[in-house]
Amino acid sequence: MAVDDSCGAPVQEATPADYDTRGQVVLAGKVTGANGPVGGAFVRLLDGGGDFTGEVVSSAEGDFRFYAAPGEWTVRALHRSGNGEASVTAEGPGLHQLAISVG
Amino acid sequence: MSREDVLVTTQWAEENLDTPGVVFAEVDEDTTAYDAGHIRGAVKFDWRNDLQDGVRRDFVSKEGFEKLLSEKGISNDDLVVLYGGNNNWFAAYAYWYFKLYGHENVKLLDGGRKKWELDGRELNSDEVKRDRTDYQAQDQDLSLRAFRDEVVQSIGSKNFVDVRSPDEFSGKLLAPAHLPQEQSQVPGHIPGALNVPWAKVANEDGTFKTEEEIKELYKDEGIDEGKGTIAYCRIGERSSIAWFALHELLGYEDVKNYDGSWTEYGSLVGVPVELGAK
Repeated sequence: MAVDDSCGAPVQEATPADYDTRGQVVLAGKVTGANGPVGGAFVRLLDGGGDFTGEVVSSAEGDFRFYAAPGEWTVRALHRSGNGEASVTAEGPGLHQLAISVG
Repeated sequence: MSREDVLVTTQWAEENLDTPGVVFAEVDEDTTAYDAGHIRGAVKFDWRNDLQDGVRRDFVSKEGFEKLLSEKGISNDDLVVLYGGNNNWFAAYAYWYFKLYGHENVKLLDGGRKKWELDGRELNSDEVKRDRTDYQAQDQDLSLRAFRDEVVQSIGSKNFVDVRSPDEFSGKLLAPAHLPQEQSQVPGHIPGALNVPWAKVANEDGTFKTEEEIKELYKDEGIDEGKGTIAYCRIGERSSIAWFALHELLGYEDVKNYDGSWTEYGSLVGVPVELGAK
């Protein structure tokens, strides 16, 4: 599928620590709850001003990944069991990992 | 036009799953979500395979739309309630198609699949079969659709609402942050465009904000109510949300969706492009 003709969020998958970010700022991590990984959570990327930037649905293993730009970011997860968020400052390209607990 | 004329709540939907003359339809780009579980009785529209032209960059023809709706068992007088994932992006895009082809009795499920799931409402994976109909579409209502020549000619005389994220608008990113950034077209925006990201009209659960809040938002961003408006994004579906808010919820008359959007405009030779934040 060509990236060009789509705006929908791709299916999410785990991001290994040695993931090749190809020079991009990648924000990735996992949503967990009381009983382990939370799949099907709506994971929202908010910029430094708190404005919405993008949203994906966490994989069955709770994974999510965003391609952003340097700056301050908050990732907020919504799930029927509860909501949670985590923040990160990305100084430059590379993998920036986040862990979010909900419930 | 009021909110009830164009939106239904998840509560209303749940109470009307078996109401004759009401057809629920899920619209997604990735239909694995539908296949794994959907609102009971809802038919499936595959945005890519059902609603796009297979060869040209355009959407399904009038004949194709008639065939599709007939096969899905939708009649001209049915109330069609559209919903989908991705904050209803593709459902809003489909809503716009339905209006373009003259189906008046169509509404969006407020909050879409996301709100339905966050409410913890039931999904099932039963196969949905409806009797075939003989659906008749109208010619496209082009008062709702902007093409590139009109877009270029309207610079300076119409409002442009660019609903992409601030980083896409300024030229920092070429695609939304959940997608890789490998793209061919130049970054930037149409000169004079307002940057009102689509999500500003929605609550975090995907439902639309109140009409008063949305009206205030666009006024604060500088929309000129005395002028027509063209909404665009990258490929035209996030802007369907803005088109819906402006044309359907607020009732502004001259509002068009530019479905060519940035992937077309940002590839045109010789047209003006502006860079930087608003």
